[in-house]
Amino acid sequence: MMADLSLNQSASEANFGKIALRWLLYALLGLFALYYLLPLFVMVTTSLKSLEEIRTGSLVTLPREVTFDAWKTAWSGACTGIQCEGLRPYFWNSVLLAVPAVFLSTLIGALNGYVVAQWKFKGANLIFSLMLFGCFIPFQVVLLPMARMLGLMGIAGTIPGLIFVHVIYGIGFTTLFFRNYYVTIPSELVKAAKVDGANFFRIFWSIFLPLSLPIIVVTVIWQFTQIWNDFLFGVSFSQAGTQPITVALNNIVNSTTGVKEYNVDMAAAIIAALPTLFVYVVAGKYFIRGLTAGSVKG
Amino acid sequence: MAPILEIQTLFKNYGSTEILKDINIAIEPGDFLVLVGPSGCGKSTLLNCIAGLEPITGGSLHIGGKDMTHVSPKDRDIAMVFQSYALYPTMSVAKNITFGMKVRGVDAATQDRKLAEVANQLQIEPLLQRRPGQLSGGQRQRVAMGRALVRDPKLFLFDEPLSNLDAKLRVEMRSEIKKLHQTLGATMVYVTHDQIEAMTLATKIVVMKGGVIQQIGTPAEIYNTPANLFVADFMGSPAMNLIPAKVMQNGGGARIEISRGQGGPIVLHDPKAEGLPEDVILGLRPEDIAEAGFRAGEGVQEAECLVDMVEPAGADTYVVSELGGKQITARMHAETSASAGSSLTFAFDLNKVSYFAPETGDRLN
Repeated sequence: MMADLSLNQSASEANFGKIALRWLLYALLGLFALYYLLPLFVMVTTSLKSLEEIRTGSLVTLPREVTFDAWKTAWSGACTGIQCEGLRPYFWNSVLLAVPAVFLSTLIGALNGYVVAQWKFKGANLIFSLMLFGCFIPFQVVLLPMARMLGLMGIAGTIPGLIFVHVIYGIGFTTLFFRNYYVTIPSELVKAAKVDGANFFRIFWSIFLPLSLPIIVVTVIWQFTQIWNDFLFGVSFSQAGTQPITVALNNIVNSTTGVKEYNVDMAAAIIAALPTLFVYVVAGKYFIRGLTAGSVKG
Repeated sequence: MAPILEIQTLFKNYGSTEILKDINIAIEPGDFLVLVGPSGCGKSTLLNCIAGLEPITGGSLHIGGKDMTHVSPKDRDIAMVFQSYALYPTMSVAKNITFGMKVRGVDAATQDRKLAEVANQLQIEPLLQRRPGQLSGGQRQRVAMGRALVRDPKLFLFDEPLSNLDAKLRVEMRSEIKKLHQTLGATMVYVTHDQIEAMTLATKIVVMKGGVIQQIGTPAEIYNTPANLFVADFMGSPAMNLIPAKVMQNGGGARIEISRGQGGPIVLHDPKAEGLPEDVILGLRPEDIAEAGFRAGEGVQEAECLVDMVEPAGADTYVVSELGGKQITARMHAETSASAGSSLTFAFDLNKVSYFAPETGDRLN
């Protein structure tokens, strides 16, 4: 009887400790979430306020009167230097740049990974190591040689030129992603397909690509974020009319004279960040799944 | 009849390492050739060479009378079943089976007809729309076979197809493969490390070790007259007893002396031992050593031995003793009177004895 009681007691004590720990954990997580959400909150509320209200009110209060004027200005009226067309043309520049660059670098990465993982040739490992090395070269180092190359190729200052730069720079990472994924696929699959009569591209297209959804998602998210958010290549290799959105955002924020329009700056920054946010929300769950995806059984 | 597969002086190197050395094999249509050996003996590499998945360093390879030495796998008229089955994970069973035909541009009607035939033959109709991931090991095995059968090739290649199955299923699939071979009359090359699989399936066995062929022969030849100590030891379970012995020539025949744990040596007489060198290794299968009184006739000789261990195995009882400094096993009937620690008279059937040279390991008789 006594033993029973004390046992119960210690059990409930342990339970209580567990629950308390859980609550502490949630409280801590909530705190972190708040900490990270605060800047976004300030950005969104500020973008919805009028300049008048920003000047008189506090940073963290909700807008007394919600107005989308700042968003309109940011999208189609804000001045980037001498032109006052807002972010719109640059947004489309970034789309025209990011979509083909992401597509091409992912495709080439998939092909490279497929070769390095499943069609080993003499020196395959060396080539793969060199590609990996490419991931670690700082952007600044390649600026001058790349400018010279683009000039020689006649695509300096154009969107195709920027696409070229991003594809080249992305191949190292995309190859790494796909190689590590394909290495887990049994090589007997390639042998079986060879005996079945399929050639190099057929095996890639019919057998490896359909298996690759998780890693394609990872690569697309990674590449899209990199390319969309890139500023250095954008500012170095573009000219008026071909600048990506990050460069335009900088120009809007830094080239205004007189009163700083914080609401417009905030709205513009949110617009510039929306596409990457969108990609994460839509494909985020595949991202984690793809990063941890193991071997393919069967 | 012309051989359907003919391999002549085949060599295979990886860098400076010789994987396969001077391989010569020829098989007739309808043969079931089993390549058997311990892991690392080169048997799977040889199969990959036959398939064209590994280039060969030297020699030639003919399939169906045509030189296939440098022909790519798809044009060799072969089909292959892999150890991991290698089913295409994103395709349904039906698509897995028809993939080869689709790639080769066979028309849809023929594809459907052949698919139905093979599905019926292997009884996998209910599975056709499933993915490989939804199948059990045995079902995957069947699908992998289906993918090979549908091609109707000159030569079937099997790379340890049963080693991923559990023991019971393995025996079932083994007899199914044998049945399939008999009904199709197809020519098959089969790689395994399991000597029982080799014995039960083959019409012809190639025993390999270290990239070199040790012996080629029918299962009976390999079992009864192994070419060397390696083959004698590798084939058969429990393994052949290999007992060091001394041969004394005495005119009309030879005396064979085997030392015993206690007492003097055992002396056996065998006219076949005439002319052998003094030191030999005598090989005798466990079933050729019986309890005295249960085996008689010419060539059967008796001697008393001390029993070390008795291992009942249901149908048989294995009796272990020590001869020539080695543990030997005798297969006796289940109701044997043998008990550990006591002596028993063993009957040695010398009709099937093998003699080997201790230094080279080669067969002497």
